Amino acid sequence: MAQMISAADAAAMIKPGTRLAIGGFLAVGAPEGIIDAIVERKIADLHMIVIASDWENRGVGKLVVANLIKSAQVSHLGTNKEIQAQMNAGKIDIELVPQGTLMERVRAAGAGLGGILTPTGVGTVVEEGKQIINLNGKDYILEHAIEVDVAIVKAWKADKMGNLIFRKTARNSNPIMAMAGKITIAEVDEIVEVGELDPEMIACPGVFVNYLVKSTEVANG
Amino acid sequence: MDKRQMIGCRIAREFKDGDYVNLGIGLPTMAVDYIPEGIHVVFQSENGMLGVGPSPAEGTEDPDMINAGGGFITALKGASFFDSALSFAIIRGGHIDATVLGALQVDQQGNLANWMIPGKMVPGMGGAMDLVTGARKVIVAMEHCDKHGNPKILKECNLPLTAKGKVSLIITDMAVIEVTVSGLVLCEVAAGTSVEEVLKATEAELIVPEQVGTFGM
Repeated sequence: MAQMISAADAAAMIKPGTRLAIGGFLAVGAPEGIIDAIVERKIADLHMIVIASDWENRGVGKLVVANLIKSAQVSHLGTNKEIQAQMNAGKIDIELVPQGTLMERVRAAGAGLGGILTPTGVGTVVEEGKQIINLNGKDYILEHAIEVDVAIVKAWKADKMGNLIFRKTARNSNPIMAMAGKITIAEVDEIVEVGELDPEMIACPGVFVNYLVKSTEVANG
Repeated sequence: MDKRQMIGCRIAREFKDGDYVNLGIGLPTMAVDYIPEGIHVVFQSENGMLGVGPSPAEGTEDPDMINAGGGFITALKGASFFDSALSFAIIRGGHIDATVLGALQVDQQGNLANWMIPGKMVPGMGGAMDLVTGARKVIVAMEHCDKHGNPKILKECNLPLTAKGKVSLIITDMAVIEVTVSGLVLCEVAAGTSVEEVLKATEAELIVPEQVGTFGM
């Protein structure tokens, strides 16, 4: 069973220095309640693993504005001027990772793999300092798994076992981040009894989910 | 038709019936309005969807329905949703027939630079590197010159690359240029534009065949 906790309890599990994976794409499918609780507690020196840095006032952008992020592995910063300013000022250490590579590296960690071989980035700055492996005449970059201490994700509905279903494009990175967390906390719009979710619809099985937080802002139904 | 519409219209002619297509943010999305009748194209959005439909009517936007640029979208019949790893498996695995992206620079080896200007603009590559690496056909759609009038089609890109040697076709407001093993071939010029004007606005060497077509009539 997944344990039900508050957003404040969730934030309390995140310590300075935590390698924190956060679900969402441009703040759609982002665990806003837990993010707000982290901001409220000013938990700093975080390493953030996210697809994009969202906006200054939405999604993980709020963590950046609150100066809580020390470093990040991220594919896109274009919508958030603050993270670019902090990067240029040397306040935040950014590793830009191609989005598909980022997802596979996180998935690899959750799947017990040491890394992946990808053609993405061959012949670009992304390959610098990395091992190139040629298989059947084609070059691949050896990309290491991205280890995650805590994953915070957002889902539409959960049952009390932590099985998750998602809504439309709000699924995005959430099931992947959930796999990789040594601790995974899912913020959800609705928590139902075990047996109420159609097993065919579950996109993230409860085996990956330790804690559930009931979202206070339900945007959809 | 303005320049952007002309480019959008020309992009749309590259799609075949049944193609799965990913359109980059901005100019490439202009193609949506010009898909020829009888051609059915399935659009992917790399945040996790196939079967992207038109923008919703005002007041009917669904906060959980966005494209990769953050714009609100709808789902057509037959649409599907999936996670980001699967979405990029589709892209990297060669299941996308064509991707259309903007460019800062493209060169005669088919190299593309579109994700950063060191010291000035570092938005990150997002999904562009995977798209350019994995899509079966990579179409660059852009204005022929930058806002200062400098050529963007170069002998060699000097900005950090998005991918090496992956571009197949360049569509601009002045020309349609194919990337071949022998170099860049000027296939078509825009209506009202001469071959000489295209050559002047292009730093890369262009192969000019005897017959150069026209588009944007």
